[in-house]
Amino acid sequence: MVSASRNGPASQRGQTLLLDGITQRYGTSLAVNEVTLDIRGGELVALLGPSGCGKTTLLRIIAGFLAQTKGHVMIGGQSVDGLPPNRRSVGIVFQNYALFPHMTVAENVAYGLDARGVDRATQRSEAQRMLDMVKLGHLGERTPRQLSGGQQQRVALARALAVNPSILLLDEPFAALDKNLRLDMQIEVKRIQRLSGITTILVTHDQEEALSMADRVAVLSQGRLEQFSPPTEIYDAPDSLFVNTFVGSANLLGGVLVDCDRTAGRVRLDAGGMVETRAPKGDLRPGARVTVCLRPEHLSVDPAATDVDTLNGVVEMGLPLGATVVHEIRIGDGSAVKVSEPRIQRAELLAPGTPVRLAPVAPRLASVFAAA
Amino acid sequence: MAATLRDVTTYDLKLAAPLAAGFVLFFVTPLVILLALSFQTDPQGGHYGLSQYVNFLGDRFSLGVLGSTLWLGVKVTALTLLLGYPVAWLHQRSPGWARGVIMLFVLLPLLTSVVVRTFAWVVILGRQGIVNASLSWLGLIDTPLKLLYTEGGVVVALAQVQMPLMVLPIITALSRIDPNLADASSVLGAGHWRTFRKVILPLSLPGIVAGCLLTYAAAITAFITQSLIGGGQMLFMPMYIYQQASTLQNWPFAAAISIVFLVAVLVVVSIFNALGRLSRGYANA
Ligand SMILES: Nc1ncnc2c1ncn2[C@@H]1O[C@H](COP(=O)(O)OP(=O)(O)O)[C@@H](O)[C@H]1O
Ligand SMILES: [Mg+2]
Repeated sequence: MVSASRNGPASQRGQTLLLDGITQRYGTSLAVNEVTLDIRGGELVALLGPSGCGKTTLLRIIAGFLAQTKGHVMIGGQSVDGLPPNRRSVGIVFQNYALFPHMTVAENVAYGLDARGVDRATQRSEAQRMLDMVKLGHLGERTPRQLSGGQQQRVALARALAVNPSILLLDEPFAALDKNLRLDMQIEVKRIQRLSGITTILVTHDQEEALSMADRVAVLSQGRLEQFSPPTEIYDAPDSLFVNTFVGSANLLGGVLVDCDRTAGRVRLDAGGMVETRAPKGDLRPGARVTVCLRPEHLSVDPAATDVDTLNGVVEMGLPLGATVVHEIRIGDGSAVKVSEPRIQRAELLAPGTPVRLAPVAPRLASVFAAA
Repeated sequence: MAATLRDVTTYDLKLAAPLAAGFVLFFVTPLVILLALSFQTDPQGGHYGLSQYVNFLGDRFSLGVLGSTLWLGVKVTALTLLLGYPVAWLHQRSPGWARGVIMLFVLLPLLTSVVVRTFAWVVILGRQGIVNASLSWLGLIDTPLKLLYTEGGVVVALAQVQMPLMVLPIITALSRIDPNLADASSVLGAGHWRTFRKVILPLSLPGIVAGCLLTYAAAITAFITQSLIGGGQMLFMPMYIYQQASTLQNWPFAAAISIVFLVAVLVVVSIFNALGRLSRGYANA
């Protein structure tokens, strides 16, 4: 049965996953609050958010370890709400890998096939095939403890994929790996995910990981879904102040909305100067107090020209960071603003104390939200 | 600088010295005397030889007592394991407050004296005891069942008395198992029973082996419970030794069967130990 579906059409793999108004309550606290995600077949979606925002809870609900307080989980258009984990056709890679320590690597990978009553010979050949896929074909007879962290993770991945699940869940899979290995494994997982075309949910608190790996990113905060968009949109057009500050870094500047339409807005900054922004989020009228978010790379420093009606400041410190230089500028209202520029454009660091003018490198880069 | 650094090892040995002295005085010395005594050929002393051992090993009655004692240990251990494992498992799966309650019930036998516990079993198992009274009240039996002074009674009473020795090591072993392993097993398609058989049980083996070892050693040497519940008709090694030494004043023979018993127990214990090492390697592999 398993091998039959494996040879079947690729559409078998890429099942859709719908989370419909999922709410999870622990006692009186809300761990997950009305989260709705419509995930396409074969998509890699990252659940991104700070620790404690409900990512693991959501994953456990999808896997069936936890019955949600409210809402529905649909896999391939079918509700799985009543089904126990062993009948949901979901694969999981745990943060600590959770390999069975008393079994060999090959036995670990064959475990799910054995549970499905697949015969020994097929179990062995399938386990070998999966291990070859994760490039560990030669280590089948080792025990998990004899493997490095990265190798253990590959085994966990092979074990999860061996039963040909509809959905693959990865809970902070790279958190325990050191930096170089992490990048290798991210590429590896992405390759295998593409190869198998399996719908995948990646839980992470690492924004770079989410942005680089996912087709779409769901940003969560305190159990709520803040935004569900492709990575570039999350970065360039954040829906909320939370997303803007959690993903990438942002300078927050207070100001007053002067005018706006559907495509753009203009804000007079408290610290001086006027910026042209993206269309404000939410119901903002001219005259409203707002927070403007400018990313460090949205700004440039001009030491030559300061003026009364511009955003002026004084250089506090300059740091050369490889391809970029970063300056910290103390502006008129006393707050510090970070500016990051390509080194090609600014070869020399500016000396501390230099008076400068800050200007956006292009119009409509800044995001505007109602003042917090 | 060097003067401030104490040699930790000699410090440790000095601390252990009182215990070591006590051990030599009250354990090693009597054991040596016992061994020497067992080689005396007759109670009045004088000649030395292997005759006491020859007597024991050539005597079907004595061998029968040894055999039934070792077999009693097996039965008690099996029953304790059968009843104790679910208790340990329940403890592991329970919320905090329930764990406390279960632990209290497990430890309760240790908080009362063996004599009291054993007499409680006499009251429970006697002809007019609680079991017989309830069964006849329910109309299930006409004449009282013989429960006291049977081997079954001894096994049940010993199993209850030794329960903590089985449950505590298993609880420890279960609590060491990563809860994600059971979850991993179930998402891979295994039901509860399969997860238990393939993951939980093998990984709790070190606890099972330790529990069996303790229970076995305690059960076969439980003089009071064996004698009070077993009564006069059943003879186990501890009572046999006591009779030879105290009633018949045959000290050399008592010493010889003590040594035989000791060796037999050591053999069983080392089998358990080997199993334990094997299972630990298995669980930690
Ligand atoms: N079993 C539980 N009982 C009570 N509260 C829980 C339980 N599991 C998680 N929580 C709470 O739910 C919230 C979300 O937890 P979690 O899903 O683990 O977050 P994340 O994985 O994003 O770090 C946290 O505030 C956490 O304290
Ligand atoms: Mg988590």
